[in-house]
Amino acid sequence: MAQHRSPIETGAPDPMPLLHPLLRKNYGKWIYHDHPRPGVLMHRAANGDQVWTVKAGTQRQMDVYTIRTLCDIADTYADGHVRFTTRSNIEYMVADEARVNPLIAALNKAGFPIGGTANSVSMIAHTQGWLHCDIPGTDASGVTKALMDELHQEFINCEMPNRVKLSTSCCEINCGGQADIAVIVQYTKPPKINHDLVANVCERPAVVARCPVAAIRPALVNGKPSLEIDEKKCMCCGACYPPCPPMQINDPDSTKIAIWVGGKNSNARGKPTFHKLVTSGLPNNPPRWPEVAAVVKKILAAYKADARSWERMIDWIERIGWARFFEKTGLPFTKYHIDDWRGARRTLNASNHIRF
Amino acid sequence: MAKKTHDTPMLDQLEGGPWPSFVTGLKRLAKDNDMMVDLLGQLETSYQTRKGYWKGGTVGVFGYGGGVIPRFTDLKDEAGKPVYPDAAEFHTLRVQPPAGMHYDTKTLRKLCDIWEKHGSGLIAFHGQSGDIMFQGIRTDKVQDAFDELNENGFDLGGAGPALRTSMSCVGAARCEVSCYDEARALREVINNNLDDMHRPALPYKFKFKFSGCGNDCVNSIQRSDFATIGTWRDNMQVNNEYSRAYFKAHGMTDLVNDVVTRCPTKAIQVMKKREVKAGPQHSVAELDDEHCMVIDNKDCVRCVHCINVIRGGLLPGKDRGVTILVGGKGVLKIGASMGTVIVPFMKLETDADYEKLKELARSVLDFFAENALEHERVGETVDRIGLVNFLEALGLPVDPNMISEPRSNPYVRTDGWDEEVAKWIEHKQQQKSAA
Repeated sequence: MAQHRSPIETGAPDPMPLLHPLLRKNYGKWIYHDHPRPGVLMHRAANGDQVWTVKAGTQRQMDVYTIRTLCDIADTYADGHVRFTTRSNIEYMVADEARVNPLIAALNKAGFPIGGTANSVSMIAHTQGWLHCDIPGTDASGVTKALMDELHQEFINCEMPNRVKLSTSCCEINCGGQADIAVIVQYTKPPKINHDLVANVCERPAVVARCPVAAIRPALVNGKPSLEIDEKKCMCCGACYPPCPPMQINDPDSTKIAIWVGGKNSNARGKPTFHKLVTSGLPNNPPRWPEVAAVVKKILAAYKADARSWERMIDWIERIGWARFFEKTGLPFTKYHIDDWRGARRTLNASNHIRF
Repeated sequence: MAKKTHDTPMLDQLEGGPWPSFVTGLKRLAKDNDMMVDLLGQLETSYQTRKGYWKGGTVGVFGYGGGVIPRFTDLKDEAGKPVYPDAAEFHTLRVQPPAGMHYDTKTLRKLCDIWEKHGSGLIAFHGQSGDIMFQGIRTDKVQDAFDELNENGFDLGGAGPALRTSMSCVGAARCEVSCYDEARALREVINNNLDDMHRPALPYKFKFKFSGCGNDCVNSIQRSDFATIGTWRDNMQVNNEYSRAYFKAHGMTDLVNDVVTRCPTKAIQVMKKREVKAGPQHSVAELDDEHCMVIDNKDCVRCVHCINVIRGGLLPGKDRGVTILVGGKGVLKIGASMGTVIVPFMKLETDADYEKLKELARSVLDFFAENALEHERVGETVDRIGLVNFLEALGLPVDPNMISEPRSNPYVRTDGWDEEVAKWIEHKQQQKSAA
């Protein structure tokens, strides 16, 4: 056996040597920031030092040539330091205001949009999809690319009432996370079981335990140990699919896309909120998912037209009420919008507060 | 030169439009990389059939039990051979980024060179847990790629039932609302528990996240089992120069509509300067020669909305630290849940303070390892056993800041009432003597 090298368990690297020198110098000493134009921030430290940040959108899944282009721009037009945001935007820091415009020009020339700050629609937090996930109902990078093409103007401008965070997820596990608008796969049919494979591939008790509604039970099918599903109980979440791939939940036609709104991670104003289902049944339609884009744009247009300044999506909806949200967006309200999971009564209207 | 590329009519449609195209990047790599030629072939097939074709397996590096996401193609022909053989193995290395995701170009170029040499040349900055995802490598190259990354100061992240890679916001590096050293907290906590990351043996995944203030830019409350969110105890700081500048630019209507009425606890009043009777709990910000904004810090919940609007005019106080919340998670199995408060305030300034945070993090991990059921997130454990049992196991005192409201049902046995009251009185006395 070949001699193996033991890993050096260093964990998360120290960012200090990598920080822009002004960020390192003024670490913990910032007192103010300004937003001179979309995609640009100016931070001021207590000693008067100022640093300008230029934020650009990226495709997140980047080839080394793209990354090297971003590095070339950092070396020529900035100070050789960058950082990435939670939503895969890249940020360049410069110590001199005069370097901002040439940096923006270079990024634009290389095809990177400048924006994503303040009241814009930022880059979509997204998942892996068909490119790399083992349980995807749809793609992620493709949905994101198609949607960001449509929302490009809203990324490079700051015309929304408050910031808008989007996410996409390629199954109901929702790795994309909570967002003002979330685009998430919604399965509509119970899994189809390949009984020939279950016994060899799946740890059956673990699969039974995984089901949120106890719809799965062990069974003998054609003399082989397998699993069966009570299809009356099954709500098609797909939780059984990761531990048991023969329980195929994906289907080219019955896998649909749902849209959720009103998620907010920030504690600013109201407490953080989960996004809520507003529409479903949209087709999983690559390569550009036009039906999804149409609904997202419809919701954004209603929010942009009607919300007051500093109202996030959920702040706006809490003011106008859900009935008017459905009215203003033109989205249908159905029995599927009424929650029946545990704790659901908390979501019902226990009052005579009705908007007319 | 790589082998001939496959036709990709669906993916080609994702090359147009103003947003940077990942497809163009994949094609660029495919010019001299057979793995990417075949990756494009399989991805195009997914676009045509609307199905995924990856399955997991077991791939790792010597000494670690996790951190590599194995992917083997499931797209086979009738003879059972991969339709796209050069992408038949397409694993991902999850690698922990520097806290705050700061890089210099030398480091980024080095990462590119290593991945070009051993892998596909496709890198995601970053995955949803914060990892740098080096995507696309054959099984036999995984060890070499890791060794070279590791020699250059990078370490694998978490996968499976393990401590996961963490994230912290930009924080103290470039934000005036930062309430502690987020990057330090991340590294102290995560790097103290690497055994649980590299050798997965927990009941299920466990995530820590670190946000410098209530804006929670890394979404810690919803995306982590243990959320550390910056806050402060004393009065908000005021900078009259900046508060006056805001008022001059925006006027009274914006101030009222965007700041005063948006305060969730109505802690802000606009007052005539001569009428202000500021007590020790008030912050008073000048607006002009006549008007002031008076904040009652006892009513303030540190939501940071007013700080976001009146940039620089209002800032966190000086007595800073963190609120710690436990139990945030995604959908499976009980439904998405937010973290809830287990420590309303913990000072985070001195070495001893960070040591205390590390100890608490380790105790929560130990409790989780010993008490959670298989495939149960700690939020589900708390759901199952009740917050009180969780707090008692950790030796944390109950506090009214942990609830939205007290119970509204009588279904509780209260024959320990007097003992609990005694605990409360003792806790209050301890707090008083500590202050």
